[in-house]
Amino acid sequence: MSVARDAQAADDGARPGRRPLLTATGLRKTYGTTPALDEADFSISPGEVVAVMGPSGSGKSTLLHCLAGIVRPDAGVVRYRDRELSAMPDAERSRLRRDEFGFVFQFGQLVPELTCLENVALPLRLGGVRRKEAERRATEWLERLEVAEVTRQRPGEVSGGQGQRVAVARALVTEPRVVFADEPTGALDSLNGERVMRLLTSAARDTGAAVVLVTHEARVAAYSDREVVVRDGRSRDLTREPAA
Amino acid sequence: MSIGHTFLGLLESGPRHGYDLKRAFDERFGQDRPLAYGQVYSTLARLLKNGLVVVEGIEPGGGPERKRYAVTDAGVTDVEDWLARPERPEPYLHSTLYTKVVLALLTGRSAADLLDSQRSEHLRLMRELTRRKTDGDLADQLVCDHALFHLEADLRWLELTAARLDDLAKEVRS
Repeated sequence: MSVARDAQAADDGARPGRRPLLTATGLRKTYGTTPALDEADFSISPGEVVAVMGPSGSGKSTLLHCLAGIVRPDAGVVRYRDRELSAMPDAERSRLRRDEFGFVFQFGQLVPELTCLENVALPLRLGGVRRKEAERRATEWLERLEVAEVTRQRPGEVSGGQGQRVAVARALVTEPRVVFADEPTGALDSLNGERVMRLLTSAARDTGAAVVLVTHEARVAAYSDREVVVRDGRSRDLTREPAA
Repeated sequence: MSIGHTFLGLLESGPRHGYDLKRAFDERFGQDRPLAYGQVYSTLARLLKNGLVVVEGIEPGGGPERKRYAVTDAGVTDVEDWLARPERPEPYLHSTLYTKVVLALLTGRSAADLLDSQRSEHLRLMRELTRRKTDGDLADQLVCDHALFHLEADLRWLELTAARLDDLAKEVRS
């Protein structure tokens, strides 16, 4: 674990309720004639795990994509550490996604030709870390995610639960400030899903990373600190603004 | 939970005093609500009256006499029957929530807010159980999982009802 990043996380106030790390205000996004987001707001602080919930097609994945700089909103502002993400040039947003964000998807999306170790080391190698050091850190994360036994295997040779834990290791190996997890347990059974969530949230909390967790499963959302519900493209923070 | 049947099952491993039974019950099953002594002795009195336990011995002491209870053959049969009989699923909560939703619609209040508020409360409890489960042993995990699956089922009902509110409003107001 990086001591420098731990110290930085502490400086940033790695506690829920502190200065927001990532915010979105008035987001609108339309695909063709279909509105996906309609004045959606969002905010997350360092060390916080926020579940984004809502029915299928409600706009929760679009919200995640806008927050991560993958999709540009038609209107509204996304701010990351006082910088306007939605106004950044593509190259800068790509660098940010590589260096400061981590991603976990429903189906791990590991590179099938690489071993699990090489998959986890990949974000570090792309960031210029030397192979030996990248593999040393990747090995540490595979051990932490309790999948050290698959180090030399390729993704096609491991179980779904193991593959997803490798994907979590890959997302966390650069010790990102924000982890975006889109239905990370959607393809797993209950037991493996719980294991992935326990390891993901504890590792993220230890490093001070914020986690944006998109899920439609309440049992997965229960690992979060609070939840935001998206319906018809509009967001509502139920934890902070309880209904009357 | 049937305290009487649980006592009978605990007594199958050998006779016990009332205090030992309470302690064994609380350790294994009383995570949230330890038994009151009054419950222990009233349950034992009922089991005794129904011939499901007998007093095997009485030990005099400084305080009240301590009775040792043993399960009878009829008691063992009773436990067997109880274990073999499936529990009746109890659809208890949705009827209250359904009443609240319909009343909100009938009186022009926000049923969506009511559902969101309930959803938030359910998730708060689910977070608490998840924390307890994460920090606990296997017994904690199993007990918490049972509660979590039930709360999750309630939440699915809340979500489905929220999605059907417009139709329900038309129906109740017609």
